[in-house]
Amino acid sequence: MPEVDPVVQQVVARHGGDPSHLLQILIEVQEVFGYLPAPSLTAVARELAVPRSRVEGVAGFYSFLYPAPIGRYRILFSDNITDQMLGSRALLEALCRKLWVEPGKPSEDGLVSIDTTSCTGLCDQGPAVLVNGRAITRLDYRRVNEIAELVRKAVPLDRWPAAFFQIEDNVRRRDALLGPTFQPGSALAAALKLGPAGWLEQMRLSGLRGRGGAGFTTHVKWKSCRDAAGPDKVVVCNADEGEPGTFKDRVLLASHAERVFEGMALAAYATGARTGLVYLRGEYRFLLEPLRALLDRMRGDGLLGRSILGEKGFDFDIDIHLGAGAYVCGEETALLESLEGKRGTPRIRPPFPVTRGYLGRPTVVNNVETLAKTTLISLGGGAAFAATGTAQSTGTKLLSISGDCALPGIYEYPFGVTIERVLEDCGAGDAQLVQVGGASGVTIAGYEFQRRIAFEDVPTAGAFMVFDSGRDPFDIARNFVHFFAHESCGFCTPCRVGTALLKGYMDKLALGRGAKVDLADIEWVDRLLRNASHCGLGSSAANPVVDTLIKFRPSYERRLKSLEFEPAFDLDAALADARRITGRDDPAAHLDGGRGR
Amino acid sequence: MDKPKLRVATTSLAGCFGCHMSLLDIDEHLFELVGRVAFDRSPLTDIKHCGPCDIGLIEGGVCNSENVHVLREFRRNCKTLVAVGACAITGGLPAQRNHLDLGACLQQVYRFRDDIEDAAVPDDPELPLLLDKVYPVHEVVRIDYFIPGCPPSGEAIWKFLGDLIAGRTPRLGHALLRFD
Ligand SMILES: Cc1cc2nc3c(=O)[nH]c(=O)nc-3n(C[C@H](O)[C@H](O)[C@H](O)COP(=O)(O)O)c2cc1C
Ligand code: SF4
Ligand code: SF4
Repeated sequence: MPEVDPVVQQVVARHGGDPSHLLQILIEVQEVFGYLPAPSLTAVARELAVPRSRVEGVAGFYSFLYPAPIGRYRILFSDNITDQMLGSRALLEALCRKLWVEPGKPSEDGLVSIDTTSCTGLCDQGPAVLVNGRAITRLDYRRVNEIAELVRKAVPLDRWPAAFFQIEDNVRRRDALLGPTFQPGSALAAALKLGPAGWLEQMRLSGLRGRGGAGFTTHVKWKSCRDAAGPDKVVVCNADEGEPGTFKDRVLLASHAERVFEGMALAAYATGARTGLVYLRGEYRFLLEPLRALLDRMRGDGLLGRSILGEKGFDFDIDIHLGAGAYVCGEETALLESLEGKRGTPRIRPPFPVTRGYLGRPTVVNNVETLAKTTLISLGGGAAFAATGTAQSTGTKLLSISGDCALPGIYEYPFGVTIERVLEDCGAGDAQLVQVGGASGVTIAGYEFQRRIAFEDVPTAGAFMVFDSGRDPFDIARNFVHFFAHESCGFCTPCRVGTALLKGYMDKLALGRGAKVDLADIEWVDRLLRNASHCGLGSSAANPVVDTLIKFRPSYERRLKSLEFEPAFDLDAALADARRITGRDDPAAHLDGGRGR
Repeated sequence: MDKPKLRVATTSLAGCFGCHMSLLDIDEHLFELVGRVAFDRSPLTDIKHCGPCDIGLIEGGVCNSENVHVLREFRRNCKTLVAVGACAITGGLPAQRNHLDLGACLQQVYRFRDDIEDAAVPDDPELPLLLDKVYPVHEVVRIDYFIPGCPPSGEAIWKFLGDLIAGRTPRLGHALLRFD
């Protein structure tokens, strides 16, 4: 292992000794050592002149940072419900058996560790794993065997078969955005002709709303940022895409990144921003080099940097920051904290990012797809953009479709498309329910399939997971509850405790120990989460349970052991140790009529 | 006309009686209390088994089989069951043993001490067996209300009982809520 100090010094120097790059520094130090040895944290603190506790706080926050030794091969199985439906759990067990390790514990020789991770955004080609941060798709037993061999022989990752790392776009339906070929620079040139005010007016006419979930009107956000006091404005592209079942931003960044970056420049032109930042989720680490190369090309073509397309005073450049496995960092204020190198704890709003965002500067945060869409508005005009879709949801929407269907992948539809139509197109003949919008979204039952994808009806950031009649709605909700309990940032009590309680209840029901009163308690915790949480993670954590309890209640009731109260554990078994120690087996040594063998 | 008195039962499971002391700590309100309630099973009455009651107050967590039986007897008989104090709500101090191995614990206490002869872990059927862990009461039976604190202040207990007796949903204001 290389010496700690020189490595740390080099990495810190690469980041100009800037403490706001702490997270990026830790990620890069870890790439050298495989984990973050204690002396490296000390060295980082010293070099950045920040308290060690702050460094430790950041290192402890992110799932992909490891302050304790971990396997030289870190294998993380994507644990989204769609991966599980494709058999990921059995494959995980098989790999553990082959490599003689237990999930979550590094092997004694430190060679390998195997664990699960939240959705990796490869639902259309799962089951997926990350090996030292690199995604491997379409896992099956054969691949598991091959991986076990490669690990045992300690073959470096670079020499693993390239086919493992093949990631498909799987675009199945193209419309306004994915259809036409894009001439780099054309959207910027069109906007420059209009001038900043004229361009913003086209944005207003377009009615474009954010594609990241909340659906806020984009031109209002841009205008507020433009009008905010402060010369150093910032445009942030939210490429965290952590919502389970969503992967459209991955495809946009893999094959349409010119549009995304040009969209950022269009936002900069409208607001006067000079700094652009992309927050790329750690799971998409494999996109980093190609994206950096593209940024270089754009600089060469005069689409980024000083005097863009020869326009004096239009200076704008883009840097990319990596995330490190924290769903909450998709929330825009947590994202800003993370961009500033801190723990991803959501901020108190107001002030909103448009007035006080990145490093206190007025900041526009937009989703990848939102930014890509702005190139269409610039090229075709706002009115033309607003001509498709519905009254309150203009333009098209990318859906990430996965689960029980013949053709999973990316589908672009004008807003207003019915769920029925989508199901037909993706070859889902036997759908029982659809989870639209991911874990925090809406559960749609069969009787609602004529509903429409639009902010007015069923809003979505893009996830569309299909479940056929063989699936149990309770299992689906339980998977999502585990996801939220894992991803809760722990900052506020209602969510930290509420998601853990919810998980406890769902596990109790899953064990067949549920009682009717548990359902009432679940509903009570749901209300608490919804009303008292600090950010959207907590307030939407109960959605899948609330929806399935309303629409698929028998799936819960089937699991009840009694209509009264039932403990979550076996009381007689809890006496077993004492029976063994005392050698007793008399009737008083048992509870609930349990008998020794 | 005198209102019929409410029946109240209390017990200490794996607790230190501190919560009961706190109940006695309501000073002159005690007179008011006995004017409005009659005590059923309780350390204060020495009644051995609980009859039908309106309110049951539980101090302490569940550490052995006897605690389970007592707690269930209370649940069967009390319309409203209240967990009083940190031990009842979380297991409290006794739950410190939860991260130790039960066997090692018992060996340490009954075998490896210098001052006892014929040292052995007692196996008398008269003795209740220990559970593997100390459990909060709500993990064993349904609990209706919780009064946090170690112990909750006499004032808090009095406010809570006053509300219950008067038929109001009990509410402890900020000042009465404490967790130590
Ligand atoms: C817990 C949580 C996670 C989020 N994750 C994402 C995400 O991964 N990508 C995203 O674009 N927006 C995400 N959002 C929404 C952002 O906070 C924000 O609304 C969005 O980035 C704004 O961009 P838009 O207006 O273009 O949609 C998330 C919100 C919450 C509460
Ligand atoms: S709601 Fe959850 S994720 Fe959001 S701040 Fe609170 S603990 Fe963190
Ligand atoms: S909560 Fe405190 S006072 Fe009450 S029984 Fe437990 S230790 Fe004693």
